[in-house]
This record gives sequence, structure tokens and C-alpha cells, in this order.
Amino acid sequence: MPNKKGIKSLTDIKSLVLKKLEEMGERFCREVDQGRFPMIRMRSRSTDNIFYSQQHRQYILGDKTVTRSSRNIAHLRPFTQMVWTAYFVHELLRQRKTSTLRDVYYSAQAYDIFFKDQSESDNIITDLETAIEHPRESFNVFPEERSAVFGDLTIQYTVPGYENRRMNLSSHPDGVMIGPALTDARFIKTTADKVIVIEKGAMFTRFVEERVYEKFNSILIYTAGQAPRSTRYFIRRLNQELGLPVYIFSDADPWGMHIAMVIISGSANAAHLRELTTPDAKWAGVWASDIINYKLPSEKLNDRDLKRLRELKNDPRYEDEHWQKQIDIFMKIKRKCELEAFSRYGLTHIVDKYLPERLKELGA
Amino acid sequence: MAILYGQITTNKPMAAISSTGNSRIVEYRLMIDIEKNRPIILDRRVHANLRRKNKRWRGTVVEIHLRGNYAQAMPKVLEYLKQTAMVNPYANITFVDPRGRLYKFDRTVDKMPPPPKEINPHPHGVDVETIQRIIRSTTENNMLGFMQRHFHRVGEKTAKDFLKYAGIPEKKDPKSLRPEEIVSLVQKMKEYDGFLPPESDCLSPLGEDLLRAGVLKELEPEFVAVHQRKPSAYSGHPFIVEVAIAYGGKVPAKDDILLYRFANKIPLVYDESGDVCWKIVRSINWRRYKISPSMPFAVIIHVCSTKIPYKTLGKEILADQLEVSREILNGIREVARQLSRYLSRKERVKRQVRRLTIFSRYLPKIAQFSAELAGRKDPPNINKLYKRKQVFKDFVTSDEYMDSEVFDSHLYNVVFVHIRNKHEENPAAVRVLGLINSKWKVLIPESALTSGSEIYETLRGEYEAIKVQAKSLKPDMESLLDAYVDGLSE
Repeated sequence: MPNKKGIKSLTDIKSLVLKKLEEMGERFCREVDQGRFPMIRMRSRSTDNIFYSQQHRQYILGDKTVTRSSRNIAHLRPFTQMVWTAYFVHELLRQRKTSTLRDVYYSAQAYDIFFKDQSESDNIITDLETAIEHPRESFNVFPEERSAVFGDLTIQYTVPGYENRRMNLSSHPDGVMIGPALTDARFIKTTADKVIVIEKGAMFTRFVEERVYEKFNSILIYTAGQAPRSTRYFIRRLNQELGLPVYIFSDADPWGMHIAMVIISGSANAAHLRELTTPDAKWAGVWASDIINYKLPSEKLNDRDLKRLRELKNDPRYEDEHWQKQIDIFMKIKRKCELEAFSRYGLTHIVDKYLPERLKELGA
Repeated sequence: MAILYGQITTNKPMAAISSTGNSRIVEYRLMIDIEKNRPIILDRRVHANLRRKNKRWRGTVVEIHLRGNYAQAMPKVLEYLKQTAMVNPYANITFVDPRGRLYKFDRTVDKMPPPPKEINPHPHGVDVETIQRIIRSTTENNMLGFMQRHFHRVGEKTAKDFLKYAGIPEKKDPKSLRPEEIVSLVQKMKEYDGFLPPESDCLSPLGEDLLRAGVLKELEPEFVAVHQRKPSAYSGHPFIVEVAIAYGGKVPAKDDILLYRFANKIPLVYDESGDVCWKIVRSINWRRYKISPSMPFAVIIHVCSTKIPYKTLGKEILADQLEVSREILNGIREVARQLSRYLSRKERVKRQVRRLTIFSRYLPKIAQFSAELAGRKDPPNINKLYKRKQVFKDFVTSDEYMDSEVFDSHLYNVVFVHIRNKHEENPAAVRVLGLINSKWKVLIPESALTSGSEIYETLRGEYEAIKVQAKSLKPDMESLLDAYVDGLSE
């Protein structure tokens, strides 16, 4: 498979991460040897240091840095936790094993490292991401949530025990779970020319049943609500490595819109990371205007929905004309609807009518 | 008062047995002639005071019969004795109550405050009657000498200045003063503010050391601060206010401030809320001193005067006498400041201990996991950053100072010394020395370390080495110590 944008291969990234972790350990050892308290400098993730970058089309961290020093009594505990976490993920990478956030939280206890709750350990992992400048997936810590993919894409496993084994992602009708093994798999070949991302499970199943992958020559991805980071990373890979355009279908409400937006431009929480967004992906629906044009059954927007819309209206990620227009329509009609609303016109209506029209409209 | 009350309720004589430690013990049985206010001696006996173990008995026994509800009064009676013991730490007090139970309050010091000296009246405090009496008996034939001879703290210069102020010639014979001139003299004496305040030797205050000893003995606090105010006077009556504050230890934590009041070493146990001391204690903003009323602390106020400004005939509560109240207030402020400093220090020590615990817990882990990351076999040595050494382990003291192990401190600019007396009873004396330019210098001077107590001390500065020295505080009473030294490079 051609590597379209010259991005680093996964194995390259992992060995880079390994090297960075080892260098960190060496530096700390050297500092202790010289009678200096080890310290680490990283970009600040406080809200006043998170900016939207037009160039990267995502949130990024500014130049402000924070220093974690083992001489500072308030830093000592998180510093130690971070060194342990670095050690732990280094072991994961070395032994080619994977773990989850929750698993890391529990594993710490075996080393007499104490986290008072999982959010503390999650936070330390985020620190390590910031310090190493790679997402936790690069050091084999995966989210708990699982989403799925279905379509004609042949992959080759790299995980221990499955090395070089190949599989076609259309081989199971429920889709294949996007877990650590798939995240690290190599893409071998595909006949698809686009990726369709769907928020809802029922619609994903419908698309498989209605053979959308064939009719529209596409790879289908089910996000199960807000897309987990490994899924966002997987979508990005499909787009960057295979050069496939990405179309996202989510509910017609501020929350559905935002599911699409996070896939496209990322979240403020991940401003320290650069490998999770797919800036060229397109929000394909359901738009506010579709509620009117397709006469879809709808519900009234509640106060929470309206508040969220006002927030999105001022969000720099939404400054594009199309997004602004859709927000305005939402606010005007004060209605929302779900992807399933198309079923009012028959089970296949969405696939027979809406999908081809929309893809055509977007130039696919 | 107690004897009188006993007599009118039971009509029984009181018995007093006493000896000053000479060869005789004297025993009296007596009642009071209420009309003449004189004793009626019913029986007087002299006993031989025999030596026992080379010592003769000394002390006073008083026996009274009185009618009362002991079950009800018991707490107050015991409280009264406890408080009496607090301001008389040099006395052994023994009480056998009506139920035959023995209560003992043992002395902890064998020093008594100096007895009060007889003095002339202070010019601010005399009345016409007193002046007339002095004039009748004086041998002075001029006012300058009269003032100097018969009044407290009046020297030649003060006498001259005052007579000038009062418009009385220095050469005038005091016996020639007419009655209206005497009244005017008394008036001027009260007005004139050039007199020095009365000296304290006419009073018998406890003094800071004895007050501290008394409070330590009866309240067993963790910390005590005492303060004796300078002698002062109101309306010519000299007075001294002594204040103490006791914190922690066995001082109970109540909802409100625990207050002990004393007048001339007599506990005032009734009507607390009517007392000016109570008002003053309540008026203080304790939060300023980082103290809250719910903390375990007690305020002890002793007013010592030739005339206590009682509010009522019952002699139980002090009136709001401006000068006295001011001294009480300032006294409390002083000891409150001391307690505040103690609490801050304690808090600082606690923080420091916590800090060191955190360093000792985490630095080895940082070293261990960094080494694993770097693929090193052995973790780097963290001793350049932080080191803890136990320099005394179950060390038994002797009568001479003995050295602990030496802590090499040249790498560290902060050194923390922690010494603990583990012995169940015996106190120890400890000190800490630092090596500077190859000479041992005392950094923490000799400090007593009572049973179960600890010393934490932070030392900043450049020392080549640190060591602890310890010995028994009292001969042949060995104690048991642990000591640690922590070094931190910062």
C-alpha cells in the first residue's frame, strides 16, 4: 500500500516512543547521580494555554510550560507517579503488551505506587502524553470503549501471536472491534474509495444489511457515540495512509454535530496531541436543514440543547460558514432529530435516497 | 470564714496542729468569739517532734466540722483544692474528705516566692485619716523630709517636684497643716502623676517560674506560657497581674474557654460569668492568634494586690477596674502571642516532618524506576539529595554526655534533627552539635526531654557533620532515646 502523506509507520513511532522514555530515565538517573533533583518540563495544559490553530485546524497548546520537579514537595507524588507510568508503559512496549486506563490504575498498586482514584492516574497518563508528545495509544494504553469497523479492507496484524496474519474487515457482519490489535495493524489493501462514519449502532447495522459498503464502495465505522481516541486515530489513518475521504453521519442536534467535530478537529482535552484529528473529514448529516428538506419527524430542542448551541456558535472550530448556518437553523426551528428518523419513510429510505443525494452533494 | 461557718452550723471547735520542723509540735483547739472577733482557746498541747529518718515533721493540719451537702459540693471542693495547688506549687496539700478518701496534691518545687515586705503607703492610695495618723507620729519637721520618709517611692526629687506642684513650701512643718490643707494635700497626691508606680516587693506574686510549675503540675499541658506584668497601681493600691496560658496535653477541649481566676493565690470558683476576667477573655479576638475557643486551652489569671478590686462582698468576682483590666488584657495578649508562636512552630515542624516523609517515600522510587527505564542495573544513589540516618537507637543514657553516631552533613544545606525519649518515666538532657572548621560547636543547647516527648529541630547552614549528645537529666535515672538526622539538599 502506498503511504500517501509520508507519515511515520507505527513501528517507527513505537520505537521513537521507547527511545524517548529511555532517554527520560537516563536523564533522571544522571541528575540524581550529580546530586540534582530530577525535573521535567512540559507544555502547560491549563485553559489559558489552549489555542485554536487555523493552520492545524485543531486546538493546540501555547508556549507556556510547566515544570515538574522532584525537589518540590507538591510535585513529588505526581512526579513519582509519572516516572512509574513511564516505566510501566515502557515495559508494555518492550513486551508488546497492551493495557487500558483502568488497568494502569490497578497495576500501580503492585508497585506500591498509589493513585487515589482513576482520574488521578488518567491525568498522569495525560502528563506523560504531553511530556513524550505522543498519544497514549503509541505506548499501548487503550481506551475501554470499543467501536467497530466493517468493509473491504485487508489488514495484517502486528500484535504478538498474530504477526503477519491477515484478515479482511468484511469477514464479520457485526463489524470488527477497533481495539489495540486493529489500531496497530498494517493496512494491506482495499477497494473502498471512501469512509462512512456512523454514530448509532442501529444505523451501522442497517448500512451493513443494506450493503452500503458495496453500493457506495465504502468502509463503515461505528463510533458508539463520541468516538474513542483509538477510533479517531483509526479514522485518521484511513484518511492519511489510504487517502480515503471521510463522511460522518450523526444525529441532528448540537451533541451529534460535536461528535463529527471532534473527529474532524479534536477536543480541547487533547490539545497536546497532533495525531488524532482528520481535518479533511466532512460532516455529512443529519443537518438542521435536512429536518426541513426531508420533512423528518423531530423533537423540540430543550434548554440544555440551546445552551450547548450557543457555546458551539462561539467555538473557533465552528467558524466555518456551513457550520454557522446549521447552528442558526437549529436555533431558528428549535427542533432536533435522530438518524433513525428516516425510518418513518421506510427502513431503506436513508440508504436509497438520503445517502446518495448527500454524497453527491458533497462531491463524492 | 470556714471556721466561722463550721462553728455556726455545728458549734464544734476547730483543731490546728502545726510545726515548723523544730522539736515541738503545737496543737490548738479553738472557737471564735464572734462578738469580739477573737479566738477562744479551748485546749493547747505541745508534743515532742521526734526525728524520723533524720527528719522532723513540718506542716499544718486543720480540722473543721461543718454542715453541708458534700455530695453536691464535692466537685467544687476538689476544684478549689486543685486550683489552690496550682498557685501554691511549693506546698504539699493533703485532704481527707468526709467519705474518708485521701486526696494528695504534691509539691513539685521547693522554692517559695519571697515574702512580701512591709512598705509605706503609696501617695496615690492614702486618705485623710491615714495622713492625720502619720502626722501625729512623725518626727519629721518639714514637708520635704515628711514626704520622703513616709511614702512609698518618694525620693528627694519626687518630693520636691510634688510639693512644688501642690503649692506647699518644702520647709513647712507637717504638724502645722490645717485640716483643709490636709484634705487638699490628699487631693493633690491623688492627682499628681509624677509618682513612680509602687514596687512589687510589697506584694507576694508567684513569679513566672512558680506559676509555670503550678500550671504544669495541675493541668499537665503540652505547652504553657506565663507572663508577669510590671507592677502597677489603681487608686494608690499596688497590684501585679500574672497570666498564664496552658495548651494541649491533659487540658480538656471544651466548647468554651477554660478560665482560672486567682486573687492573692486564692482561687475564685464562683460566678465566673460576672467576673471582669471573663469579660476580657471573651472580648479577645482569639482567631488573631490562630486559636479557637474549642481548642484545648486554659487561661490562668492571678491578680495580686494590697487591695483586690472585688465587685461584691462575697469576694468572688473582680470588678472592672480600668488599670487592672488593662493589665489583665495586656497579660493575656502576651501569653496568647506566645501560644500563637508555639502553634505556628508546631505547624511548621509538622509540615517539615511531612515534607521529609514524602522525600523519603518517593525519591527511592524515582531512582528505581528511572534506572529501570534507562536499563541500568542499580538505581542511582539518592543520598546526595536526601539521607536519613538513625544516630541513636535504643540508646541508654548515663550521667555524662555521650555522642551519637556522626551524620555527615556536608552535602546538605538543611538538616533535620529528631530526638525521642522512649523511657516511661525518666527525663534526659540532649544537645546537638555541628562540625564547623573542624570544631564541634553547640547548635542546639542543652534541652530537657521528658518521658515520651520529642524534639524536632531544623538546622540551616553549612556543617561538615552533625551529632547528638545525650545524658540522664537526673543522676542514676537512665532514659532511653532514639534520634534521627535527615539531610536534604535544596
